[in-house]
Order: sequence, then C-alpha cells, then structure tokens
Amino acid sequence: MRHTISLLVENKFGVLARISGLFSARGYNIASLAVSETLDPTISYMTIVVEAQDEKILEQINKQLNKLVDVITVTDFTKKEHIDRELVLAKINYLPKDKDRLEMIFSKYVGKIIHYTEKIAIIEAVGNGAQIKSLLEELQSFGIVELVRTGKLAISN
Amino acid sequence: MKGSQILLESLRRAGVEVIFGYPGGQVLPIFDSLYDFDIKFILTRHEQGAAHAADGYARATGKVGVCLATSGPGATNLVTGIANAFMDSIPMVAITGQVGTHLIGNDAFQEADVTGITRPITKHNFLVKDVRDLSRTIAEAFYIASSGRPGPVLIDIPVDIQRAEADFAWPEDIRIRSYKPTYFGHPGQIKKAAKLVSQAKKPLIYAGGGVITSGASLALKELAERIQAPVTSTFMGLGCFPATHKLYLGMLGMHGTAYANHATMEADLIIAVGARFDDRVTGRLDHFAPYAKIIHVDIDPSSISKNVHVDIPIVGDAKNIISELCKEIKKVPDTILWLKTIDAWKKKHPLTYKSGGKMLKPQFILEELWKLTKGDAIICTEVGQSQMWACQWYKHLTPRTWISSGGLGTMGFGFPAAMGAKMGVPGKEVFNIAGDGSIQMNIQELATCVANKINVKVLIFNNGFLGMVRQWQELFYKKRYSYTPITSPDFVKLAQSYGAVGMRVTKKEDVRKALQKTIKTDNTVFAEFIIEPEENVWPMVPTGQAINNMIDGLA
Repeated sequence: MRHTISLLVENKFGVLARISGLFSARGYNIASLAVSETLDPTISYMTIVVEAQDEKILEQINKQLNKLVDVITVTDFTKKEHIDRELVLAKINYLPKDKDRLEMIFSKYVGKIIHYTEKIAIIEAVGNGAQIKSLLEELQSFGIVELVRTGKLAISN
Repeated sequence: MKGSQILLESLRRAGVEVIFGYPGGQVLPIFDSLYDFDIKFILTRHEQGAAHAADGYARATGKVGVCLATSGPGATNLVTGIANAFMDSIPMVAITGQVGTHLIGNDAFQEADVTGITRPITKHNFLVKDVRDLSRTIAEAFYIASSGRPGPVLIDIPVDIQRAEADFAWPEDIRIRSYKPTYFGHPGQIKKAAKLVSQAKKPLIYAGGGVITSGASLALKELAERIQAPVTSTFMGLGCFPATHKLYLGMLGMHGTAYANHATMEADLIIAVGARFDDRVTGRLDHFAPYAKIIHVDIDPSSISKNVHVDIPIVGDAKNIISELCKEIKKVPDTILWLKTIDAWKKKHPLTYKSGGKMLKPQFILEELWKLTKGDAIICTEVGQSQMWACQWYKHLTPRTWISSGGLGTMGFGFPAAMGAKMGVPGKEVFNIAGDGSIQMNIQELATCVANKINVKVLIFNNGFLGMVRQWQELFYKKRYSYTPITSPDFVKLAQSYGAVGMRVTKKEDVRKALQKTIKTDNTVFAEFIIEPEENVWPMVPTGQAINNMIDGLA
C-alpha cells in the first residue's frame, strides 16, 4: 500500500540523509520526496511517498522517524483526511494543427501550455494522483519527450 | 579561547572525569590543550579499546563515557565500539577529529565521512562547522546521550575549528524542540495495567536493561514482592533483580533457564519492563507466550509492538511507572498455585552440568568465583560460550555489576570494557570472563592496564576453540569444525611480557587457590583455565523454535 508521510524537520544539513537512511536500511524505496522551507526558515516540510510491502515495517519506520532528534513531527496521511497535489512539467511533441485538440484536453485539467516552439510544447499541470495519471495518458497520443514531477505534496483538511 | 580549549572546558562542565583515546594528526590541537589540562586521559593501544572502555565506564557508573580519536582510521576504529553502545543503549560521547573544513570531501589524507558512517549507529551525531557552535553542541550531545533511551552521540570536529578562537559560553539549560523524551506514564494506561495485574493468575515480570538505566531495581523488587510475581531477566537486565531472591527465575531465552522459559510460555500476564522482545528472547515469535496478555513499559515507543503484540503499552521511565503501578494495584493477585508450579519446574529442570571428568569445567570455575566474591564484584565478559556461562553460573545481585555486549555481541569487548569499569569504580574488583578466542581480539590493552595500574582480573577459559560457533557446528553442521579450532599464545608469558601477572590452571583442586591469588594480586592478571574442549552451553533453544522447546545435551 502507498503511504504519504509528512514531516516537519529541522532545516539542517544531514537531516535528509538520516530520514532516507531509515527507508534504505530496510530496503524500502522512496517513490517521491518533496522538501521545502516553511514560514519559519529553521524548519523544513517534507512529503514522502513510499510503497510499504509490510505495514508493520512501515509503522516501525514511522516510529523511528519520530525518534530522530531532528524530526519535529511525523504524520502518516494514509488514514487521515488530506488533500494532495503534484505539479508536472512535460515536453510534448506538438504541431500548430494540434492546438485545438490540446486545448480541449486542458479544459478538463488545471494546467496550461507555457511554452511553444515549432515542434514541441511545454505544459504544466497540477492535480492529484488520479488527475495527473489520466492527463498523462491523454498526452501520450502526442508523444511525451520529457517529464518532470515534483512528487506529491499533502496537507491535512 | 581556542576550539580545543573550549572542547575540554565543555567536557569538564559536562562532568567528565576521564577520557579514553588515542592521538593523531587531526586532533593535535586537542592533545596540545590536554597536555596541561586537568582531566584524566587514558591512552589505549587501539581506538576500539577506547570506545569499549568508555562503554564499560558508562555501564559501571551510569555516567556518560567519553572517547576521543583522530580522523579517518582513528574514527573508523571507534565504529564497532559505537555500534556496540548503540545496540545496548549506553550513554557515550565519541569525539573525532576531522580534516580541515576546506578539505572535507576532497579525499584528504586520513579523511573519512564519519558522520555518514556512524549515522545509523548513533543516537545522533554532529559535524561542527563553526567554533561558536562547539560548546552548545557538546552540551546537547551529553544531554541527548544520557536522556530518554540513552545511546552514543558522535561529534566530528575539523582541525581548523579546534584552532579557531571564540568566547566560551556554556549553556546551562538545554532544550531541543524536536527531542522530548517521555518520562511519565499515561495514568489511564497505568490504571488499565493495574486492573490486569489484579485479574492475573500467572503473572510474570520480564525485566530488561531499561530497569538498570532508569534505576528502577528497588521499585521492581517492591512490585514483584507485593504481587508475588516471579521475575525473569533478559541478558541486559542481569543484576536488576537479585539472583538469590526466591522469586527470581534467571535469564530467559535461547540460553535461559528451563523454568524461566516454561514460565514465559505458561504465563497469563507478562509485565515487560525496559525490555525489547529480542529474537534471542522470544525464539519463534508466533509461538511466544501464547496465553499471556502483555503490559509493556518502555521509554522508547519504537520498542513497543515491534516484535510482539502488546495489550497495554506504557511509554515512559520505568522507575516512575513501576512505582505508580505499584500504588495503583488495589487487589493483589493470588499466585500461590503459580509459584508452586514454578517451584516444581525449578526442581525438575535445574541448571546443571556434568562434573567429575578429568577436565576443568567452566561452570565450576564460575561457581567458585561466586563463592569467593559473593556477588560483590563487577563481572565483564567477552562473547560466546564463556559469556553465556557467566550469565548462568554467576549470581548477579546488583545493577551495574554485569557488563557484557548484548545486542551486537562484540568479541573483544570485555577486556577494554573491564578497564573502563575499573576506572569508573576503582574500589570494586573487576573480572573479565573471556574465551581464548575473544581475548585475542583486544589483547593489546594489557599495555594500557599495566601502564595505568588499572588492575583488571581476566579469567581466560581456554578450550582451544571458538566455542560457541563450534557448538553450533556440532549440533547443526555435523561436527564439521570449520575454522573453529584456534591456537593461542602462551598467555602466562604474554601477560608477563607486558608486566602483568600470568597463571595457568589445569586441575579442579587448584581453582580456588588460583582465584584467591588472582583477587589478591595488585596487578592485572591473566588467569588461564584449560577447560573441557567440547563443553556446551545448556540448555539451548535452537533458532526458530518456541522457547519451551529446549534441547539439553545432558540427558
């Protein structure tokens, strides 16, 4: 099962290594990771998405995360009400004649074309996991040349 | 003040009496300041010895042990000692020199990423990049190492920081917003636990190293006597409850007593205090304590429900919680029948060994040692058979008199740890129970003992084998003794060449006299006992079996 874990941590060097070490030591891969400063520049916010093969091991990881001296709070959003979003930037093959078709697609999503050249377009889109997935499926018909994603951000509601 | 002076002054403010360590290129400023600074420094002969000595000192005194080494190889030599302290929750501060800040990451001479290497084996570690942070970092390190569930903390100090100047300021109050150990148990949970205790018919107290860390021994004794519950101890808990007490069952688990294991499997309530249900304790997990409800008292929430399902977790300090629980129990359970059952197990399956042969028996030596010391000694051990016999056959009476590598199982730990313990408690006789294999792993510390007159008494049980591995090979690998026969130097001559006293004992009738002489000798002693080569540790629970599925090669 996929878990979304958010952490408030001290904004110091070495903190990310401590956190990622708890996952890697157990052979767990981090699917996505987003880190940034909060309003208080001494504190960072992390959102980690991880696939747990064993819920008990993940519970142990959560407890170990809490134990790290530099970790202030740990929240596992999996069983909590929350809103999550991801930002995607994609470079797609594009010819001027495709413009209407592309705009049709974007009318269904939060996103836009931010840059054109003669052969490609760069698009940005924001959405939850399902929205991003279905957008990317639709864009496949153009041919996705390059894709970057922020990883999931989550906030409680 | 220079960084090196700030370091030493901070250590003094933190209450440090002794540092174990070894000099090197990237700690030269520190050693220069040490030259005329009033703090005791013990020069070991290997950095690993320094780390274990700091660990032994911490176990014997309850204070934070301190070790110091240079960058690169000096620091990596500390690693085993740090991992050892981490596994057994021992408060330690390890200080390492680092190459200058401008060289870090450049593969400089004697450079190693020590904070990286020790990240998973320290409770926390620091790389100091500004001399103005140094004293606060040291204060935080001592606070983190000694509070909550204790553990080792490493401070890596680049050589230019040691030379840099700053004003000295010592923080009197340390508060870390992201680190707040819980000391007081949840009253509701304690109430629930008290109710379970009242309803129990077959309660069992399972006490671990946390009892010793928190100083909960007296509270535990009071609880056990009040509710008339038998007490079994983990390896790390030995000494937390007097082994001569009638409610005591000895150690449980792989080499535990049969009656402790039977009691665990039959109990209807287990009160676990400062213990972590280690795999050497539980044996086959899905068969462990099938009838028991479990109350688990531990300061570390990550220990709870890690291996076994816990019915009532209580996070906090053992001493506080046990005292509160004792007060909260209104009705004391009737355990007369339960204690009778246990007495019958004790009579039917006592700890025993075959005596009478020509060869010396290690169990006999330990019984004699007990008779001569009556428990008033610190017993350190190496790892393996000698260690397990020392668990079983010496009666550990008081906390902090049993010093042995539990979690990590580090051969070579005992001798330097004994040295550290003796430094911490000079008034006590300190023994190291060793095998002929383990003692050779840190034997260089003989020089440290002799040079500093740290009189440690080493009993070497020489069976010519790496005995515990040989035992497994005998039982599970068709006696194919692959690289377990091991040769040794002449320990008597070796001790003498270092300026210590050596003796060799081969006959049963000489054991007592040799031990008496060992105790009386005002020097470090290597007393070698030539023991039965293929003596085994019994009883034993094979890996993957339930703990009442013991084998006992004596029948």
